[in-house]
Amino acid sequence: MADPMKIRANLVGDSTEVKVLMSHEMETGQRKDAQGKTIPAWHIQTVTATYNGKTVLSAQWGPAVSKNPFLSFKFKGGAKGDKVQVTWVDNKGDKRTDEATIA
Amino acid sequence: MGAVQRRIGRGTAIVLALFAPVVLGQGSVVDEIAKYRAALQDGNPAELWEVRGEDLWKQKRGPNAVSLERCDLGLGPGGVKGAYAQLPKYFADADRVMDLESRIVWCMVKLQGYTDADAKRNPFGAGNDKKADMEALVAYVTSESRGIRMNVGLNHPKEQEAYRLGEKIFFYRGGPHDFGCATCHGDDNKRIRLQDLPNLTKTEGAQKAYTTWPAYRVSQGELRSFQWRLNDCFRQQRFPELEFTSDASVALTMFLARNANGAAYDAPAIKR
Repeated sequence: MADPMKIRANLVGDSTEVKVLMSHEMETGQRKDAQGKTIPAWHIQTVTATYNGKTVLSAQWGPAVSKNPFLSFKFKGGAKGDKVQVTWVDNKGDKRTDEATIA
Repeated sequence: MGAVQRRIGRGTAIVLALFAPVVLGQGSVVDEIAKYRAALQDGNPAELWEVRGEDLWKQKRGPNAVSLERCDLGLGPGGVKGAYAQLPKYFADADRVMDLESRIVWCMVKLQGYTDADAKRNPFGAGNDKKADMEALVAYVTSESRGIRMNVGLNHPKEQEAYRLGEKIFFYRGGPHDFGCATCHGDDNKRIRLQDLPNLTKTEGAQKAYTTWPAYRVSQGELRSFQWRLNDCFRQQRFPELEFTSDASVALTMFLARNANGAAYDAPAIKR
C-alpha cells in the first residue's frame, strides 16, 4: 500500500494555502534497468483536492512530474478547523487519500 | 525550476516539480545551488521518511513483537528528543561507543529479537522495491533533535579512543589513489565538479556538514543516513567497503560529530 501523504493547510488572509508532499516512485516509462529492459511507466495520473465536499483542485499528471512530488496551491475561502482532502490515483489504479485540518 | 501555474476554478495552483538543475553558470554556482536548496526546503521529501520512521518506531515488530519505544538512545528508555545531538556515545550495556545506527541495531536485536544480520540487512534503500527501514528510523530519530545544540561528550576513555581513531582515519591516506578524507575535506574552497566541499578540519565546516545529515538526496530520490555518507566517501576514495556500524565507521562519526559541537542540529535536510 502506498505511504501516507504529508499535508499542511494554512489560512492566509481570505484564502487557504495547501502544501502536499506525496510518496510515489513516478517512473517515467523511459528508463531501462540493468538488463536493458524498459521499466514500465508508473506515475500518478490524477490529483483531486476537496474542501467541504467541493473540488478545489483537479489535476492530470504525467511522467514529467518528479519522484516524491510536492504540490502547493491556494483556494479562496476555508476556515480554521475545517478539513481539506487530497486524493491521488496512479496509472496502476492504486490510490491514496489523506486529509489535513486547516490551521 | 518547473513551476506551472494554472487557474482552476476559483483557486490558483502551483505545481512544483523536483528535478536536478540542468545548466548553471560557473560563477554563480554556489548561489544557484543555495537558491535551489531554499526552493526545495519547503517540501522536503525527507518528511515522508520521518513519518514512516515514526510509524516503524512505534510499531510492534520482530520476533518479540515489541516496539522500539523503550530503546535507550542515551537518554534512558524512551528518550528520543535530543538524543541524536549527543551521539555517538559510550553505552555501558554494550561496552562500546555507538552511533545512532549501531544503537538502533542493538535495540532491534535486544528488544525486538531480530538477529544481528537481519537488523543490518538492507541499511541503504534503493527505490520502491528495496525500501530501507533503517533510513526511515534514522530520519525519525534525527528529526527529533532539530534545533538542539550538538553536545557530544568525550568523557569515557572509549569515547576518547574512538575520537582519536576517527581522527587517524580522517587523515589516513591509502588505496589506489593514495587518497584520504583530508585530501578533499582538509582545505578551504575545494570542490568536486560543482559541489563545494566543506573543510572538516575547521569548526565551521564540520558544524555545517554534520548538522545537515541525514539528508534527502534529490538526485537519488532517497533519504541518506550518515552511515551512508561515510560508506559512499569510502567508495569514492576506492577504499575497502566501510562495514555498516563497524567500529571504524563509529569512530569517524565520533570525530566529525564532536567537531560539530555547539552548532544547532538542522536535519533531515535536503541536498542535491
